[in-house]
Amino acid sequence: MKPIEIEKVQDVLDQFINKNVYVHLETTNGAYASHLNEQAYNVGAYIRNAKVVFNQAKLVGDGKVYRAGLKMEMGWIYAEGLTDWVMHEDNQLLMAGHDREGRLMVSLQISETPFKY
Amino acid sequence: MEKHVVVIYPHPDDESFGAAGSISNFREQGVPVTYLCGTLGEMGRNMGNPTFANRETLPEIRKQELIHACNVLDVNLKMLGYRDKTLEFEDRAEIAEHLKQILEEIQPSLVITHYPDHAVHPDHNALGAAAIEAVRLMDPAKRPEVWAQAITNNYLDILGKPDVINDITAYFDKKMEAIFCHDSQASGVLGQFKHVDKLESEIQEDIKKRFSTEQFYTWNFED
Repeated sequence: MKPIEIEKVQDVLDQFINKNVYVHLETTNGAYASHLNEQAYNVGAYIRNAKVVFNQAKLVGDGKVYRAGLKMEMGWIYAEGLTDWVMHEDNQLLMAGHDREGRLMVSLQISETPFKY
Repeated sequence: MEKHVVVIYPHPDDESFGAAGSISNFREQGVPVTYLCGTLGEMGRNMGNPTFANRETLPEIRKQELIHACNVLDVNLKMLGYRDKTLEFEDRAEIAEHLKQILEEIQPSLVITHYPDHAVHPDHNALGAAAIEAVRLMDPAKRPEVWAQAITNNYLDILGKPDVINDITAYFDKKMEAIFCHDSQASGVLGQFKHVDKLESEIQEDIKKRFSTEQFYTWNFED
């Protein structure tokens, strides 16, 4: 993946507006967090191939770390800490945030075709 | 001498971190070894350092790393096709039946797996429990021995000393070679040994010390 280029990624997001899309949304601090540090907590959540329609999509950030908000008819999809992006197989938008060791901490992915399951 | 050893762990790299030394010892004796790998570690958070994988490319990358490691360790590989992080939610009886069929075909004399409830990762605990259940369901006369591996921080306090302690110093280099086949994972996992106040040579010593033995509990089937 490469650092988020806000104009390019915003363009791609705009192309998904008012379409049936599949979303992968995830956050994790790993299965070993409390094993390696007893003060830490294991926390994670993901939803893969949620089928949604959003009518607004916006990426906001400081030039390095971004938040994404997707507005649906009855709710929102939100991700914070996004740093990198790539188009996977030309049509799947992948965004993710990594820590300094390159470990994935958060991801938001959008596609008109389902993600492999 | 063992007839055939089957290793059952859920993730590509569990075999290298957990049992590569013992596996190398068996292979040196000419004992066939088969790795039944539960998942492709699809949900791993290590993406290489610097990152070269992403959530969508990771499964295929880890599959290739797994094949490479199994070639280095000279073991047969069978991928079971479950999905990372979901093993504890699947029907345990179904997984046990799946494993039992494979074990009845291979007829191993020894099975190596994780010690249920003492293996930290939910996938480790779930597949370990299913593997032990699979062996329990077998005809007692044909059951392989089971070595269960505990990796929690407090397993010694709870389970006592493991009865199988394999000194794998002679296979340390082979074990590291297998670990580094898992390029997307190795630096992240080995990174836990890194501390700001430690020299690189001290880190190497820590790793060597930690990986000098592989320990297991022989499972006691009480019929």
